[in-house]
Amino acid sequence: MRYAETGYNLEIDLSRGSIERVETDPLLTELHLGGQGTAAKIIWDRVPPETEPFSPDNLIIFSSGLLNCTPVPGANRCIVNTISPQTNLFVNSMLGGYFGTEMKYAGYDRIIIRGKSPNLVYLWINNDKVEIRDASHLQGKGAMETQGILQAELDASAQVAAIGLAGENRVYGASIEHASSAAARMAGVVMGDKRLKAIAIRGTKDINVAHPTELWGLCEPKYKSIADDPENGDPMRLDPSNDAWHMENFAWGNARERRRGYFTKDVYKNDVTTTDKARLRWVGCYNCPKMCKQMLELEDGRKFFTKCFNRLIYMMAAYVEDFSFSYEMLARTTEYGMDGFATPQLLAFAVELYEAGVLTNEDLPDFPADNAERFFYLLDITVRREGFVGDALADGVYWAARKIGRGAEKYDHNTTKKVEQVPLKLGKVNFPYYLMYATGEKMSITQIEGSYPQAPEPDLEKRKKLVEGWEAAPERFKKWFLEWEPRVDPSIEESVNITDWNEMMHYVDDSIGTCAWLSSFRGQFGCRPAYHMYNLPEFISYASGLELDTDKLWKIATRNRTLVRAINNRRGLRRIDEAPPVDHWKIREPEKEQAYLDGYYAFKGWTNEGIPTKETLDKLGLDYVSEDFIQRGILTSDGGEIREG
Amino acid sequence: MKGEKKIVKLIKVNLDKCIACRACELACSAFHAKPKYSSINPARSRIRLVMDVLNDEYVPIRATEYTKSECVGRQIFTINGKEYSECSFCGASCPSRDLFREPDSGLPLKCDMCEDELGHEPKCVKVCTVGALVYEEYEEEVNEEVKEKEKQIALEMGLKSLLDKYGAQRLLDNFVRMSQKG
Repeated sequence: MRYAETGYNLEIDLSRGSIERVETDPLLTELHLGGQGTAAKIIWDRVPPETEPFSPDNLIIFSSGLLNCTPVPGANRCIVNTISPQTNLFVNSMLGGYFGTEMKYAGYDRIIIRGKSPNLVYLWINNDKVEIRDASHLQGKGAMETQGILQAELDASAQVAAIGLAGENRVYGASIEHASSAAARMAGVVMGDKRLKAIAIRGTKDINVAHPTELWGLCEPKYKSIADDPENGDPMRLDPSNDAWHMENFAWGNARERRRGYFTKDVYKNDVTTTDKARLRWVGCYNCPKMCKQMLELEDGRKFFTKCFNRLIYMMAAYVEDFSFSYEMLARTTEYGMDGFATPQLLAFAVELYEAGVLTNEDLPDFPADNAERFFYLLDITVRREGFVGDALADGVYWAARKIGRGAEKYDHNTTKKVEQVPLKLGKVNFPYYLMYATGEKMSITQIEGSYPQAPEPDLEKRKKLVEGWEAAPERFKKWFLEWEPRVDPSIEESVNITDWNEMMHYVDDSIGTCAWLSSFRGQFGCRPAYHMYNLPEFISYASGLELDTDKLWKIATRNRTLVRAINNRRGLRRIDEAPPVDHWKIREPEKEQAYLDGYYAFKGWTNEGIPTKETLDKLGLDYVSEDFIQRGILTSDGGEIREG
Repeated sequence: MKGEKKIVKLIKVNLDKCIACRACELACSAFHAKPKYSSINPARSRIRLVMDVLNDEYVPIRATEYTKSECVGRQIFTINGKEYSECSFCGASCPSRDLFREPDSGLPLKCDMCEDELGHEPKCVKVCTVGALVYEEYEEEVNEEVKEKEKQIALEMGLKSLLDKYGAQRLLDNFVRMSQKG
């Protein structure tokens, strides 16, 4: 019997119309745990670098985290991985809600989709009965609308993930929408390219756990402790002071301007009254006592969910000082199925090009004068790939700038590895953050940072108090935090360790399905995450039967992180690509930054080009990667580095 | 005539407080698994969240009685502008839907208020941290005389309807046959 997992993958080939239920190798779970870790192994094995993202041979994999459907509160993430046409690199995307858990109840740890359907189709997975069905009646339908139609047609209890018009039109920033959640960061475009409109799942099977009484004993008190704990969950949920911080510290427009003092009493009033009026309910994800998302309803009855700071970012990007505008944009972009973080950046970039005269009235006929109307206009042409500009914008800021030309490239100032970043423009370079931005492969800082505080605490007593109960932190981090004085850069050793710890926690979450708001992202605010490297081994062991301790868990996370790096190295990622947005900090220290990058590569056991060495790979059991690297000339035959020139 | 006292167990449901996490379903299925907590499957749960996410409808219902046939006609309730089917509030294990039936055997499920967890509130309530489910107990006096009278009325009503439908001879034959079987 398999514990915590089902032991089966669902393999779908949309070109051939074939459906297979395939038993999995339990060794893969020991090596990668599941979720994104195992998906990375599958992508390494089956998507060689010669495979283009829009090739039928590209895979899109929906994985349920290892702890999903066990009693561990907050474990519910479905991780979506593929190769992105925007970056030609590995995609890290995920859904909360109920999709990943329903998949497991239907009897599958992951759904692996290859091929490309000639016509628009959807998948109907009802336990063992799986069908590829015609979706012509869903063409052009909204992503939420599609969920409702399929639930009415198939089963009201089915869980549906769907793309909207953006995905259908292969817009690079297309999302996959499901209930209160969305898989952002470039996943929807591949689903659309495969002509897969939606996946509907209904599952009524058991998930077994290895040590039932012990696991329940550990989990039952966790419901209340997590629910009552203000240090867990989304801090932006109900706190206008958090809105104030984001609106005054994140940059407005095309990531240009910080507006100190913006959040006045009138803004506060607009925030609270508009949102309270529209709110129907706070909701949580599957088996999580936190309620981090809210359903809002507009006056005309359209409903949508908001989370994190996507409530604020459209009004900031468009310079429209009214929360109603953000909500109108969210209602539209949710149905279109557009990434809530990249889209505002993309539209603000286009407005800036117009204001700078790079785009003209000839490019944008009847372009409105009103800021809100401009966003609606640009959104519509992007989603429909209308005209030269719409088609260019649909490929994201980086590619749009290059397609438009005429000097548009210089307005692309807030991307890293061709991906739009959160609009943060700060003072002086912060070295752990420099490393996370430069070397991260999850394409958003929110998916990389999170265990170690962002800034030093000036008050020594507060520092001491924080360190006292900091169960999540390895000892050396406590010492570093205690000694961290304002305006002092953490050393190279400290910075590489901080970066490593931060990213390892995310790689753990992404393999077991736990929400970052309870672990990897939340540690930095208050330092009391519900889950961490020291308590998770017990949860995972009780659920899955795997023998695990902190060292072993860290090693698995390192293996998964290294494998994602190897996939990207094989697709061409090198040191030259590893840089934060050029103006992320006003004051940069290029030489020192490169020294920190050297330090990070050395710490990771990577070459000077950012490629894991043979020794590093072999130690992690990734011998097949080192063999491939040597065969392809990415590493020399003695496992060392190939130096250019 | 004074009767004995019984404890009435009650789960109060506040629909407005539900956050749709479905922990109630998970906990119920874990508690009733054999061995206890060894497996999770909402389809085996005796409490289900009837939900329509897109319309903001969430109704946790407890499995009550088994019924052989579905209702003749249904009501639609409008509450705060939202339409709910009568079924959303019904805990019956009924052929009109797949709720409250063991997924393997098809046998009906019924909430037992986690009876063997003496002194503790039911598991669904325990994990509902937002107060959508609240457990209460109260004592109720059982008047034996009234109870007996009610039983007699129910018996006579049942027998009369059977007599009307099948006739005395057929009813008698079957009564004898079933009685002999023990």
